[in-house]
Amino acid sequence: MKEKIDINQTVTEEKEYSTLNLGPTHPATHGIFQNVLKMDGEIIHEATPTIGYIHRAFEKLAERRPYAQITPITDRLNYCSSPINNMGWYMTVEKLLGAKIPKRAEYHRVIIMELSRIADHIICNSVIGVDTGAMTGFLYIFQWREKIYEIFEEICGARLTTNIGRIGGFDQEWNKKTWDLINTFLEEYPKGLTEFSNLLERNKIFMDRTINCGPITAEMALSYSFTGPNLRAAGIDYDVRVMNPYSSYEDFDFQIPVGKSGDTYDRFMVRQEEMWQSLSIIKQAIKKMPDGPMHADLPDFFMPPKEQVYNNMEALIYHFKIVMGETDVPKGEVYHCVEGGNGELGFYLISDGGRTPFRLHFRRPCFIYYQAYPEMVKGIMLSDAILTMSSMNVIAGELDA
Amino acid sequence: MNELLNTVNTRLNEQFADSIVSAELLYDYPVFTIKHDKIHEVLTFLKNDEALNFHFLTDLTGMQTPDEKHLGVIYHLHNMPKNNRIRLKTFMPIEKPEVHTATDLWPAANWMERETYDFFGIKFKGHPNLKRILNMDEMDIFPLRKEYPLEDQERTDKDNSMFGR
Repeated sequence: MKEKIDINQTVTEEKEYSTLNLGPTHPATHGIFQNVLKMDGEIIHEATPTIGYIHRAFEKLAERRPYAQITPITDRLNYCSSPINNMGWYMTVEKLLGAKIPKRAEYHRVIIMELSRIADHIICNSVIGVDTGAMTGFLYIFQWREKIYEIFEEICGARLTTNIGRIGGFDQEWNKKTWDLINTFLEEYPKGLTEFSNLLERNKIFMDRTINCGPITAEMALSYSFTGPNLRAAGIDYDVRVMNPYSSYEDFDFQIPVGKSGDTYDRFMVRQEEMWQSLSIIKQAIKKMPDGPMHADLPDFFMPPKEQVYNNMEALIYHFKIVMGETDVPKGEVYHCVEGGNGELGFYLISDGGRTPFRLHFRRPCFIYYQAYPEMVKGIMLSDAILTMSSMNVIAGELDA
Repeated sequence: MNELLNTVNTRLNEQFADSIVSAELLYDYPVFTIKHDKIHEVLTFLKNDEALNFHFLTDLTGMQTPDEKHLGVIYHLHNMPKNNRIRLKTFMPIEKPEVHTATDLWPAANWMERETYDFFGIKFKGHPNLKRILNMDEMDIFPLRKEYPLEDQERTDKDNSMFGR
């Protein structure tokens, strides 16, 4: 049933196509995407995506903002896992500054990034369930996403657009309540995830619906510059965390799950397994947590404590410089990439030595792999196209920058 | 990293000695600046050469030089089996910003080149569908060029010199 239909056989020259506008605000596309579909009955003959509906000129905005003030922009790229974007941006600036980050701060970063990876995968996988008609898994597993957001809230005060941490590390030690929340989450989430797996992973209806739906070969995935779970589902074991370890990822022992056929089911299963691996990484990080400071020695980017601002001249100067954003950075250009929720998130930064970047480019994974979508949905049914899109984890905020 | 820089530089010099403007190591990346009329040949060579095998286009973007007289295209290439990454840059005068497309080598370059055209006005010769992608079609400027400042320059309530801007 899910075999691709050979268009040349079913369509003759005289055939008339109907045009269907899928989006921009369609409840099944989970974001502002428009696809003008040329339909032959219920089979898609051609898809033309239009993007840019929520373009906010981030790259231009970043050219006027001091480095610390660019972090809120990165929040709004992939807003399902904004801490990963924050950390990626901090690491880019730290690479430019040549800063050495204490191990303790790096381990904390790993915990935050893996928590947000779990939150990102919860959203994507449960929404695949919703698009197949399985609402239950979505309703049950979303409470765990809420628990993760409570942890973020305890650390930084925000839930979705986090702006978590600082350039150089963290502003302060995490409090006891944060650790309690994390420990409770680590204890209880495996039960929730197992329950979710039991609902979908070997569910006959779900498997019939997703296996061989929107597949992509490894060669095509590479030529379209796929990264992240989508590339791994096609069978390429490329993960930035292993290939170019950052933030002490080399200290942890974890597996990279890979799929085989690159279809919706494989993408789903790769994300499921990644959540288990993320849990294991968090546990290792807590177990191995070293002592030491939470922030690198970067007074230009670390707000001094308030009592020092009132009583100490240097602290007052640094406070003023940070608030006004008057800190110069070295000249240079760096590219730094992290493994985001949906692929390799890269920051290409050119600095001319001033208070703001000369040019900042975000390598947004879903902008690059979404262009394969017309080819992936060619010749399949409309309802499978919806499923293919939700399993690709395309986030409108990241797509349109 | 120095080793990679030397290897790629030697191989490129065998074939394109006249077209290489510079080869340097910037932080952890070997960076090559290539003349813009030869960039497509260099990319083809780097992709198809069996030893170098830069088969993956990580990123493609544009930039404007600080003197505002040149536009540049920046390619990030990746050889996944060996985990080698390099960056290629090419610059062209702003009066005639034309460079050969890379869509025939990587389909992924399609939207990235459209985005670069959208924001910098760089024309990619041979691109199948070179039109704006994120901005509206009616726009007649290229907004990431430095000649278009971010804030409204006619504001009188704000003295920029007071803020070091």
